[in-house]
Amino acid sequence: MAFQILKLKDTVSFMKLRIPALFLSTFLILGSITSLAVNQLNWGLDFTGGTVIQMNYPQGADLEKVRLELSEAGFENAVVQNFGSSQEVLIRVAPREDLAQEKIGDMVVEALQAKSADAEKQRIEFVGPNVGEELTEQGGLAMLVALICILIYVAMRFEWRFALGSVAALAHDVLITLGLFSVLQLEFDLTVLAALLAVIGYSLNDTIVVSDRIRENFRKVRKGTPEEIINISLTQTLNRTIVTSLTTILVLLALFFKGGALIHGFATALLMGVFIGTYSSVYIASAVALALGISKEDLMPTEVEKEGEDLEPL
Amino acid sequence: MLNKTPLWKYFTVIGMILLCGLYALPNLYGEDFAIQISSSRDTTVSAEMVADITSHLESANISFRRIEFKDERILVRVNDSDTQLIARRSLDDVYGDDYFVAMNLAPDTPEWLANLGATPMKLGLDLRGGVHFLMEVDMKTAIEKSLDGAKSDLENRLREEKLRYRGIRVVGDDLEITFRAADVLESAQFYLRNNYGEMAFTEKDDLTLRASYTPQRLSELRDYAVKQNITIIRNRVNQLGVAEPLVQKQGQERIVVQLPGIQDTAKAKEILNATATLEFRLVDLDGDLASAVRGRVPPRSKLLYTRDGRPQLLKKDIMLEGSHIVDANSSMDENGFPQVNIDLDGKGGSLMSKGTKDNVGKPMATVFIEYEATDKEDTEGNTIFEKKEEIINVATIQAQLGSSFRITGIDSVTEARDLSLLLRAGALIAPIQIVEERTVGPSLGKENIELGQTAILYGLIAVLIFMLIYYRAFGVVANIALMINVIMIVGIMSMMPGAALSLPGMAGIVLTVGMAVDANVLIFERIREELREGRSPQQAIHHGYDNAFSTILDANITTFIAGLILFAIGTGPIKGFSITLMIGIITSMFTAILVTRVLVNAVWGGRRVEKLAI
Repeated sequence: MAFQILKLKDTVSFMKLRIPALFLSTFLILGSITSLAVNQLNWGLDFTGGTVIQMNYPQGADLEKVRLELSEAGFENAVVQNFGSSQEVLIRVAPREDLAQEKIGDMVVEALQAKSADAEKQRIEFVGPNVGEELTEQGGLAMLVALICILIYVAMRFEWRFALGSVAALAHDVLITLGLFSVLQLEFDLTVLAALLAVIGYSLNDTIVVSDRIRENFRKVRKGTPEEIINISLTQTLNRTIVTSLTTILVLLALFFKGGALIHGFATALLMGVFIGTYSSVYIASAVALALGISKEDLMPTEVEKEGEDLEPL
Repeated sequence: MLNKTPLWKYFTVIGMILLCGLYALPNLYGEDFAIQISSSRDTTVSAEMVADITSHLESANISFRRIEFKDERILVRVNDSDTQLIARRSLDDVYGDDYFVAMNLAPDTPEWLANLGATPMKLGLDLRGGVHFLMEVDMKTAIEKSLDGAKSDLENRLREEKLRYRGIRVVGDDLEITFRAADVLESAQFYLRNNYGEMAFTEKDDLTLRASYTPQRLSELRDYAVKQNITIIRNRVNQLGVAEPLVQKQGQERIVVQLPGIQDTAKAKEILNATATLEFRLVDLDGDLASAVRGRVPPRSKLLYTRDGRPQLLKKDIMLEGSHIVDANSSMDENGFPQVNIDLDGKGGSLMSKGTKDNVGKPMATVFIEYEATDKEDTEGNTIFEKKEEIINVATIQAQLGSSFRITGIDSVTEARDLSLLLRAGALIAPIQIVEERTVGPSLGKENIELGQTAILYGLIAVLIFMLIYYRAFGVVANIALMINVIMIVGIMSMMPGAALSLPGMAGIVLTVGMAVDANVLIFERIREELREGRSPQQAIHHGYDNAFSTILDANITTFIAGLILFAIGTGPIKGFSITLMIGIITSMFTAILVTRVLVNAVWGGRRVEKLAI
């Protein structure tokens, strides 16, 4: 046998730790909800509306000077910060009543270029307040629809206890990732929303693999309590869980370090999500199914021997 | 014997890979700097022009790679961006008036590939640089304007029918007509119901009739406002010299405008947002035209030129502005001559009747105003735009005009049609407002491509090394599948006409690379388990693939659901991400299950194997 991360002879009693894990998850979820209530999310431009301008100063940017130039031009409240490197400057201007909103970006660029001729406009993003509001609604709705669709699919393919378990795991992952974004005050923009949906996809992937094995073992293993069977299944899939998490984390690290500042939030959300998702597919999804009283009888095949078997194996 | 691939499966798999590979191929060839000359409103580009352009460029001493004529446009490929600028300017001088001359990046796909319809992936604005605008049409104003028109229309009709009313006023989205007597209301209601189908009439009280648009008419009005604005914006975008612009309706009352590769975004915004207008002015018959042309324009007059270049002196006072035009269409008059019928809103109608009252028999000019790019540039290299005013028509006022009149004396049916189109297009029925803008400078676009490519490369290499160490010979199989997977994603993205690669899309490819091996991990772990349980290598391979299949299918379908939902709600870059994610799920199922199985069968299948290197 070749190189293997874990060589497990005996079954690991994962479920023994389900009470401490429950406390940990409860703690994390409560913490996330508290932080979301108190600190809220650092909503990005896509949701709040406003204008973001990114300028490049080939000689390196002097943030103080940029702030001064901006307040001279009448933008006292603009937020100025570096973006990715010391040459890149990101300027945020909140929506204003007194100016035609769509002109703010160009006015800022003009004002800054008047003082430093070599400053180059990299991007301008302007989002009207209504568009942002709609997006927030749509984003929340998308999350809900995604969760419901998945709940239905898993309930159809497996059993309602698994479906509830996996959706609980997904909600758990999304909440804690959101909580981390809130605690760390990382910017929550559209790409992060996309990342969250990808986290749902990823975590679900994990959960399905584990659930699939649990179902198989309930049918195959003659003896054993549900807890033991879940432990056996988790042990059997542990190597796969770790290997897939590792390859995913590898590419996400490549994205995080090499993908540039624009994709940073996306990579961060996914990195967090993969960690939490791996943990939750072991401790949340299975533990919930166990707590709901999953048993051998529930998973015994009724008509078809095994779903998917009627499909021709490739 | 176990684990043998039937011949047809071999060919299907190889065929699929070759097909995707073929269509991925154009991405390896770079892009040429090019100038694109395309047909405009009243001209068509023809193949004969190629010789013309060749000799023009040769005489101007501008070197070029080649000139081609395809899909009603001519592409002049040059070697570098400096030559591109010079060539554009030079070609614009000659052809700019009659054709659209724009700078473009043309893919350098070899002829035989291009003939198969293979093109490189489209790049999103965040990778290519350019502007994305989302514009909202102000429906409230559009409806108000139209209500004004309906009001004067109703007034006229009731007057004509001798149905005496007290007054008509606009109340919210409705009109209220008050009468002096209930029986007049009854007969008016009867008449209007039968003759004025676009509004619904209800009695508010004995003396008041409420008229509101039918839902169908309202949605027609909305549709019309958006369509008309799209026409205007298209016309203006063509003036900007952008090679592949996109102007599209989004939702009910929004318009998306995408201008890839445009450098001067501020000006573009100004032009798109500006209102192209139309004015009616009286012709100044007293002024001396000859001396005006020489530069001595009378103080109360204005010198303008007609489309074919004839000078004309007009009164400085504007009789009517085009914003009052509600509708315009062309038809034939009773003698078979072409004419253009114009409908004005209420205010426009009274202005027109005041303006024409004392001027019957005198000529009136229609002036069209638009902004046009010049070849001049300011100190920062930005193109300067010019306000261009031209007389599109001079006609004699036959009688006092009202809110609905016609312009005659037009030479041809085509001209009448063009004029009515211009009138419709020139007069914005409703103001538009930019509600979202995303501008990416060209250097940031380039940077984003490089960042995305590096991330994909590093991620791919890391996963390849890991799989090789962890699964040895089977790792090599998975790695081949993974690389085929990336090629297939690129191939399919290139084949899909609507798909554009964005930075989040590239992130999607990276993520797919990481997650695609999951299927192989599942299969390989399963094979290891079967081996541990004492099955023979052939049995282990067979059961490993079989047992992992339904798990992989379930796992991928659920991720696909998430991708589908992202696609449904997302816009722009997020859509790009979800497209690559979904394509990646499908191709990774294909490569991780089918391709690896074919490879594994070819190497280990159908013979005695003592030990598997897994």
